[in-house]
Amino acid sequence: MSHASSPNMIVIEPVTRVEGHGKVTIQLDDERKVKQARLHIVEFRGFERFIHGRPFWEIPVLVQRLCGICPVSHHLAAAKAMDRIVGGENLTPTAEKMRRLMHYGQMLQSHALHFFHLCSPDFLFGFDADPAIRNVIGVAKKFPDLAVQGVMLRKYGQEIIKATAGKKIHGTGAIPGGVNKNLSIAERDVFLKDIEQIVAWSVGALKVAKDYTAANLKELADFGTFDSNHLSLVRADGAMDLYHGNLRAIDAKGKKIFDQVDYQNYLDYIVEEVKPWSYMKFPFIKSVGPENGWYRVGPLSRVNLCDFIPTPMAEAERKQFMALTKGAPNNITMAYHWTRMIELLHSAEVIRDLLHDKDLQGTDLVVKGERRREAVGLIEAPRGTLFHHYIVDDNDQIVRCNLIVSTTNNNTPMNRAVEKVAKDYLSGVEVTEGLLNRVEIAIRAYDPCLSCATHAMGQMPLVVEVVDAAGKVVGRGERGTRIG
Amino acid sequence: MAKPKVATASLAGCFGCHMSILDIDERILQLIELVDFDKSPVDDIKEFTGRCAVGLIEGGCCNEENVRVLKDFRKHCDILISVGECAICGGIPAMRNTIPLKECMDEAYRNGPSVYNPTGVYPNDPALPLVLNKVYPCHEVVKIDYHLQGCPPPADTIWQALVALLTNKPMDLPYELIKYD
Repeated sequence: MSHASSPNMIVIEPVTRVEGHGKVTIQLDDERKVKQARLHIVEFRGFERFIHGRPFWEIPVLVQRLCGICPVSHHLAAAKAMDRIVGGENLTPTAEKMRRLMHYGQMLQSHALHFFHLCSPDFLFGFDADPAIRNVIGVAKKFPDLAVQGVMLRKYGQEIIKATAGKKIHGTGAIPGGVNKNLSIAERDVFLKDIEQIVAWSVGALKVAKDYTAANLKELADFGTFDSNHLSLVRADGAMDLYHGNLRAIDAKGKKIFDQVDYQNYLDYIVEEVKPWSYMKFPFIKSVGPENGWYRVGPLSRVNLCDFIPTPMAEAERKQFMALTKGAPNNITMAYHWTRMIELLHSAEVIRDLLHDKDLQGTDLVVKGERRREAVGLIEAPRGTLFHHYIVDDNDQIVRCNLIVSTTNNNTPMNRAVEKVAKDYLSGVEVTEGLLNRVEIAIRAYDPCLSCATHAMGQMPLVVEVVDAAGKVVGRGERGTRIG
Repeated sequence: MAKPKVATASLAGCFGCHMSILDIDERILQLIELVDFDKSPVDDIKEFTGRCAVGLIEGGCCNEENVRVLKDFRKHCDILISVGECAICGGIPAMRNTIPLKECMDEAYRNGPSVYNPTGVYPNDPALPLVLNKVYPCHEVVKIDYHLQGCPPPADTIWQALVALLTNKPMDLPYELIKYD
């Protein structure tokens, strides 16, 4: 699990049971006390530059390849921006509801995947369990009923995505100004048959998360925990809305920093700092500044920020959760799991409501209006607020693209969590695998999507050679040069 | 007899091929009757524990770490499979192959509309792996035994190919499972 690149450096690589590629370095001083701990994002893609010149209608299909766990988020955030480019942001009811169904289907599958497939081994077997069994297969062998529920919850979400987007992964359903299909009655009836079971299983999953947190609150309350600001979209009436809304930010005590901000103006509120030790940037709220302006996003922030959840079962659960802190924002890192499962239940309820809505069988799918040159699309992805910003020229080609992905927003918080756990557990002691797993558990709480977060372009190569199996050099690069 | 082992890796991909593996859904219970899992991002086995029958590779090579991991997989796996567009052709990440790196770097870390970078620094810490000049498909770096195409390949394609290999049956995939998207 770890190897020392120097006597005073612990390296965890790769960080596992998260999506994508990350690495942790922990620096010790001469007394073996933790001096510094960092989560590095070690890959890059370059979407913001290499999509220059592509036609705008390609973008929702292209940029979703940032991430295979939450492609729907990128698909829809890009489509929302392209709606504005074609002047079609006031979607028909059928188009908006089809997209909502797709999005809440994704929320269901992504949250189920994260909880059951990636994190439940830590809860069910313990932080110090044998790493050989600490995975979804171990869960399937020891707790087959629970594993099957997780698999079936995820499957239901994936099938919803397939019915609305055409494919389970990297679909094509949303197009500028609308969608390319509705939901047939036959498709709807298949989902209606199982939805009550899905709601029931969601209640069960939430109970697992809630009971686990309550039973271990003493250890978990301080585990990787710190005060922070929070940010998310909320509906005009303050309700939780994962598809559309305005920006709201609060500080750790709940005081509003801004509220009901039109996200077309996001650049007036959010900037991203570059640091030399990660390919992922570090966003902060402009008015608060780089030192204290960083914030958290995702389920914990959304439950903290909304005034209510507009479905009854999830709203009752939200009230119970907020009672824990007497209505003030909850800043416990491990509370992410509990709130993620509240959102799982909310998503199941929203899907149930949508399936009963006849607008899904409508045939009016696309609108168009006055063309724009520049547009911003935001959505609440499973992992938090996702920003897409594009400029399109008169030839329909992309000339500018800026993406702030959900996990990037949580960059500083994840590093705070890593540093706190490292200092609390690893200072001056014999380092065990279980102690190092705790560092990863703190990262996993944020459900980071490190693939998403690698979209930014990276450092220049120094000298790099690609050698094939026979030892022949097939490629070589040097700083500042390009090679063929 | 010990069960054969399967290992998986995600290199310069989006994790979508791994999601497609998980889309075998309840068949995962059948799969664990057939095999044990070794090194994979979905478990906590970070280094190979032994010889593997099959290695599934998602993504191409975009940095030195990808190359190291891919060669390690070749060394430990009897059969190595490129899964999906990125492993086979470089995929969407290879769209950067026609653009000078400096332009891309400047866009992300200096010129982007939300960038705050008063000193103009680029990420350059020794902890970060060096970036390759281009994104390379896996078979240009090591020998690859099979290619499963798609973005991602459907779960049924992965399932049928894997079961055929593990049970020594011919890999006879119908057209619907191997057509692209």
